[in-house]
Amino acid sequence: MTRTDIHAQLSGILTDQFGVPADEITEDATFEALGLDSLDLVEVTLVIDEELGIRIPDEKLGDIQTTGDAVTVLIDLTKVDA
Amino acid sequence: MLRDVLPEPTPADHGNGAQHRPDVVVTGMGAITPAGRGVAATWAGVLAGKGAATLDESLVEAGSPVTLTARVEDFDADAELGRGTSRRQDRFTQLALLAAREAVAQAGLNAGATDEQPDAVTVVDRDRVGVLLGSGIGGAQTWDETYATYLEKGPGRVSPLFIPKMLSNTAAGAVAIATGARGPNLTVNTACAAGASAIGTAIQLLRSGAVDVVLAGGVEAGITPLSVAAFANMGALSKNDDPTTASRPFDVDRDGFVMGEGAAVLVLERADHATARGAEVLGRVAGYGASADAHHATAPPEDGAGAVLAMRRALEDAGLEPTAIGHVNAHGTSTPLNDAAESTALRTVLGDHTDHVAVTSTKGVTGHLLGAAGAVEAVIALQVLRTGIVPATAGLRSQDPDIHLDVVTDEPRELQVDAVLSNSFGFGGQNAALVLTR
Repeated sequence: MTRTDIHAQLSGILTDQFGVPADEITEDATFEALGLDSLDLVEVTLVIDEELGIRIPDEKLGDIQTTGDAVTVLIDLTKVDA
Repeated sequence: MLRDVLPEPTPADHGNGAQHRPDVVVTGMGAITPAGRGVAATWAGVLAGKGAATLDESLVEAGSPVTLTARVEDFDADAELGRGTSRRQDRFTQLALLAAREAVAQAGLNAGATDEQPDAVTVVDRDRVGVLLGSGIGGAQTWDETYATYLEKGPGRVSPLFIPKMLSNTAAGAVAIATGARGPNLTVNTACAAGASAIGTAIQLLRSGAVDVVLAGGVEAGITPLSVAAFANMGALSKNDDPTTASRPFDVDRDGFVMGEGAAVLVLERADHATARGAEVLGRVAGYGASADAHHATAPPEDGAGAVLAMRRALEDAGLEPTAIGHVNAHGTSTPLNDAAESTALRTVLGDHTDHVAVTSTKGVTGHLLGAAGAVEAVIALQVLRTGIVPATAGLRSQDPDIHLDVVTDEPRELQVDAVLSNSFGFGGQNAALVLTR
């Protein structure tokens, strides 16, 4: 899976389950700017675990500000070659 | 700026009698109930007099012993509140937000508010606007669904939103976020009396001078397979499977209530405050009485002694004699015990005047909205005062010969009344009575 693929999957989750407009979800967009607070971010990680089978440990949450950060963390966790 | 045009709060007038206390008026109403969406539709549904119960497919699927409930229809939280709010809030909070929206708009509190925050209070000092809601159960659906996830998938999958969605004070908090109201923010729980307790507590807060405006009401969305099973197993729910007569208050064959859901919110303010800002007065909450049975967890005493105390205190608080009451919106749940005890209590309080009082339980239409019931029924009582029409008690076919009340049946009755008594009694033996006037 490429970085683009993972970002597309994350965008799908944010759009379908969190009601974020698709056109706002750029790699530079912060979760805060997308209307998602820290509790929402934990909820996002639970859905990612459910749908993509990738568990983001709590200590990695601090590294995530933008959706691009989340993709980077996911790539690190799965060692996918971007 | 606001301080220049609005009067200074009136200090509490302790011990000088009801007539010296500032009047509390109603300037906005909102309701979302099984009888209809909005106050006008709810009122029309109550007047139409047809039980709102329907077969609840989720309960059929769950193998529930009772499958009739009275749900709020025509409700799309995503579209009306936005996906973000809808996802973050339990159904009970969603209902509270919609009822508050209608009430705030009618009171004109949000004139010129932006699309981003359409319910924001703009015309009065937000720091002096309180929110006081009653809820018996809180986020029951969130609780049930999250516990199912916990059992199935383990603690790691429990949503971090569980606590803020489930807590019963979340609805009042969410109303504050939507409106910007930064006054005292409280949630009252007296089970099935909570909506009335909240309104009553709100008038006390207004009389104290601590606030200028209170958004007060009740909300409940507690219908889940678990809660229905529990209410059914304690014998509280009707086992009648005819939706039009399952809830039949004061009927000789009544056998329990129908669980309902919904919300109602009133905008309450001191009369001087409403006048100063030119708000239309829809009615008054003139008196509130509260009491406890100190008797049993779920059953009232046969003589309704606790209910008697609450009603007498409400009349005293309003400065009215029992003969001033023209109509009673009864608690009238359609359970054998409640309706009998309430009937006895009403005769004790009203004496011979009882024969001249038109009594209705609107739960024949709406079902029992638990923590929202008292607030919805306050709205209906205000509509009676405004229109001169008393709704009939739906579902009632043959009045219990032991119920010695003039229960309005079959058709609404044209009747100009100046004061309505609205009763609400909760499990726990907690009682609230409101007196509403024109």
